[in-house]
Amino acid sequence: MRRLFLPLTIVAAGMFMCAPFLIDGAPYESTMGLVQKIFYFHVPSAMTMFVSAIVCGVASAVYLFKGRPAADRLAAAAAELTSVFGIIVLVTGPLWARKAWGVWWVWDERITSTFVLWLIFNAYLLLRKYGGPGSERLAAGLAVFGMANVPFVYWSVNVWRTLHPKTTVVPTLQPGMRGPFWFCVTAFLLFYVLALSARAHLEARRAELETLYLDIEE
Amino acid sequence: MDAPSRRRLFVLVIAAVLVLALPVLAAQPPTAAAQDGFVPVSRTAQQETIPAARLVVSAYGFVWVMLLGYLWSIWSRLGKVERELQAVSRRIAAGERRG
Repeated sequence: MRRLFLPLTIVAAGMFMCAPFLIDGAPYESTMGLVQKIFYFHVPSAMTMFVSAIVCGVASAVYLFKGRPAADRLAAAAAELTSVFGIIVLVTGPLWARKAWGVWWVWDERITSTFVLWLIFNAYLLLRKYGGPGSERLAAGLAVFGMANVPFVYWSVNVWRTLHPKTTVVPTLQPGMRGPFWFCVTAFLLFYVLALSARAHLEARRAELETLYLDIEE
Repeated sequence: MDAPSRRRLFVLVIAAVLVLALPVLAAQPPTAAAQDGFVPVSRTAQQETIPAARLVVSAYGFVWVMLLGYLWSIWSRLGKVERELQAVSRRIAAGERRG
């Protein structure tokens, strides 16, 4: 991964620079017009947030059942990224809603469950930071619970009647919109993989530092 | 009718004619300006109630700031840990030499 890190970073940066031009060239949506273009960053952020929550949950489960410290470090990195992408989703969504629905926020099932998912992963981070010794295991349990929330958030729009567009929007995208959308999804996921590996590396170096401090004390 | 009254009546008639003629003037076919060039209109008349462009730019700007800010945060935290690791390693090496 180290050898690939720099070339992949350049590719990701290039993709993020190209994305606005592709989005600009994409056709306008008939009922929402220009504001619908937020979709090309909002939905990929949400998809990345879901992926990150699942990575955090799976790594936490591995840590809980196998006790592998590397899995715990990966979970900590993924939890932070879930929070970052969650903020992006929860800010870009209301900016879109303000024009499309006429309100900044609606307490409907999709939006509220996304907010709860984001709160769970923030609770995970706070627990790890301020929970004291042994809080990693408790946080890992919370992450598994957070991961279980992902399918509910995803299907909430199909089960309940909400203002939010349904999950059928993405598979039925028109060709002019499909290309820029999947390009943005790829850019976000590439950024995610790079940020996750950098953040996990930071966690590994912190663990090494902790071991060194313990050596000094002994 | 004396002269001042006649003048007042004349002004009133002219004003009435102008007021009554306004709708007729307004209904005239467009002048050459509409065909040969665009006539700018008040911006407020064409503005949307909620400007979409501002919302789109804010959304994209926010995403860029968040992603770049997060990368910078990892970079700075990693730099701090690396410096601390070097300092601790030096302390251990110095302790071993003394010991």
